[in-house]
Amino acid sequence: MASSKEVLFNPILDNNPIALQVLGICSALAVTVSMANTLVMCAAVTAVTAFSSLFISMLRNHMPSSIRIIVQMTIIASLVIVVDQLLQAYAFAISKTLSVFVGLIITNCIVLGRAEGFAMQNPPGLSFLDGIGNGLGYSALLVTVALIREPLGAGTLMGYEILPTVNNGGWYVPNGLMLLAPSAFFIIGLLIWALRSWKREQVESADFEIADNIQYREAL
Amino acid sequence: MEYYLSLFVRAVFIDNMALTFFLGMCTFIAISKKISTAVGLGIAVVVVLGITVPVNNLIYQHLLREGALSWAGYPEADLSFLGYLSYIGVIAALVQILEMFLDKYVPALYNALGVFLPLITVNCAILGASLFMVERDYTFAESAVFGLGAGVGWMLAITALAGVREKLKYSDVPEGLRGLGITFISVGLISLCFMSFGGIDL
Repeated sequence: MASSKEVLFNPILDNNPIALQVLGICSALAVTVSMANTLVMCAAVTAVTAFSSLFISMLRNHMPSSIRIIVQMTIIASLVIVVDQLLQAYAFAISKTLSVFVGLIITNCIVLGRAEGFAMQNPPGLSFLDGIGNGLGYSALLVTVALIREPLGAGTLMGYEILPTVNNGGWYVPNGLMLLAPSAFFIIGLLIWALRSWKREQVESADFEIADNIQYREAL
Repeated sequence: MEYYLSLFVRAVFIDNMALTFFLGMCTFIAISKKISTAVGLGIAVVVVLGITVPVNNLIYQHLLREGALSWAGYPEADLSFLGYLSYIGVIAALVQILEMFLDKYVPALYNALGVFLPLITVNCAILGASLFMVERDYTFAESAVFGLGAGVGWMLAITALAGVREKLKYSDVPEGLRGLGITFISVGLISLCFMSFGGIDL
């Protein structure tokens, strides 16, 4: 049985849901254009993951396994509706810019992945921590991407100007690519490279090894 | 007619589900190692999107939206907050029905698509298309065209990525970039290529 500290902190670097488990990438890329949206999205995903793990774990001994996916989806969808209504009530502007991505938390693989992979076998308290841990792992990667995209793309952070742009009489020429889709893929790819150079055990094995160059004479 | 053609082309190339809106990324990355499986999954997505988006449109127009229940005598009811729950339920049920139908009547197609159908229920591209349909307030005909277009675009993207990855496995990739890392960079490049379709206007 894993200790609660491991359950909470492992997903941040050692078993990151995005960089290693390949879960929940969709929304990770779309909302990272601005820091404010990213933080709201992270809070929403963490809350949904934690509470869905908690409730699913409470019900795990009462669910027939043939209909478990439907039960899980219903729990998750209800939680997302709550989050969405809260956002519309208290942060209407942000909920408009996040548009469909709040609703898409339902199909965010992290939520269902943790429900299926962890909460179905573990007690409620531990599952709750696991949900928070994975939410934090997701947040850590998202915040890093947003930290690169917003300043380089628009010269601002959380809406405050940190690199004065040329249009406002400063010196920084904003890199428009950073606000477009491809940059998100590049940044996540490079972040994964950085993470795996540091934590070498996460490197995937190659499909084919490149053979050493054989000298012509030796080959004969 | 021209309007629908333009909507279709928009959904396939310019507003590509995978490469512009990052939808269905998990499956996109995980199931793109071989072209044959990628095409199979792509076709399944086209079929499911082509059915679920119009059906969800009917549900939204006639049951959920504000004032939609006036035919039943509740003109002031607004059930749109139940949207997420209904769309995901419709998608899950339709996928299940489609699977049973194919199993019974078209076994050849079932053998080809069967493994992918359950996966598709939790694909964000499917739910995402329904949510876009609601947000952009499409009519029934528009939503059918949009659903098909979004599916074809997604299929095109995953097939392209699978083609790239099949070649990529023979190359000497730096250690930390192997697997997931280089895949992301390739998707970024493909997405950059798709941006050049941005100027198309019919």
